[in-house]
Amino acid sequence: MWQLFHKLGSPKWFYGIATRLMPWLLVGGALLLLAGIVWGLAFAPKDYLQGNSYRIIFIHVPTAFLAQSVYIMMAVAAVVTLVWRMKLADVFVKAVAPVGLVLTFLALFTGAIWGKPTWGTWWIWDARLTSMLILLFLYGGVIALDRAINDEKSAARAVAVLVLVGVVNIPIIKYSVEWWNTLHQPATFKLTEKPSMPAEMWVPLLLSILGLYLIFGWLACLRMQTEIIAREQRTRWVKDLVMAGRY
Amino acid sequence: MAFDSLSAFIAMEGHGPYVWTCYGVFFVLMIGLMVWSRHRRSAMMEACRRNYERQDQGRQREARPAATFTRVEVSQD
Repeated sequence: MWQLFHKLGSPKWFYGIATRLMPWLLVGGALLLLAGIVWGLAFAPKDYLQGNSYRIIFIHVPTAFLAQSVYIMMAVAAVVTLVWRMKLADVFVKAVAPVGLVLTFLALFTGAIWGKPTWGTWWIWDARLTSMLILLFLYGGVIALDRAINDEKSAARAVAVLVLVGVVNIPIIKYSVEWWNTLHQPATFKLTEKPSMPAEMWVPLLLSILGLYLIFGWLACLRMQTEIIAREQRTRWVKDLVMAGRY
Repeated sequence: MAFDSLSAFIAMEGHGPYVWTCYGVFFVLMIGLMVWSRHRRSAMMEACRRNYERQDQGRQREARPAATFTRVEVSQD
């Protein structure tokens, strides 16, 4: 167990594993995502209440789901950074924060466009929407703070603390639709209950969520590799890798 | 298929503009993010390679002998 932990902390070992995983993540992710989207757009039945505008769900829910899930992963990595000072955990936080920012923006954007025909407004200061906007600012804050501090170790610690403080926002996003009387509809998927929609709707949704997860995995590996090369460029193995020219 | 024709699929009963804008922005941003991330890694590799080459050239110049040593024989008698 400790050996595995130690290995996982080794940038060189991670780099090799990531290189081997990435083609599978990319191909699997793209196939699942496209299958989910094509199914959802063209084959799923239309919603009796919202008509065809509900087809936005097949990208809105995956991006919103991933946006929160990525933040939780960053929070776990932040704990690892603070407690065990593992280099890779900090590399992860740095590498995925911009991805989280884009996903949160997409969730808000697709939500706003979906809101227009459904609620009659692009934006409302509703609990779910506002807490998602705070998540967008948190991602922006993490990126800005990391860039503002030159020293790698101080930046890692400051960013980890900010990520952990921001994690209170996650349960607020999750339960906002239950605690407050929001315009936003309740969660589509719950672990404890059967989905309220028919299988022809939730199966494609599940496919696109899984697909986007894999694409995120690919992006995380790729961006972590970039960060590892930048940090370890004085080591022998990075020099060998770069001079071999296999990239 | 939930639609009778291609034009019905594109129109989505009036919701077409909303749906297609969402999907368009989603694909542009996601593919953009992927291409940009990929480009960043190659650029980083390229920058490192140039750096290493410069260092190696510097080392070769240093490796040249600075002066030659000649043995001087001194008569012992």
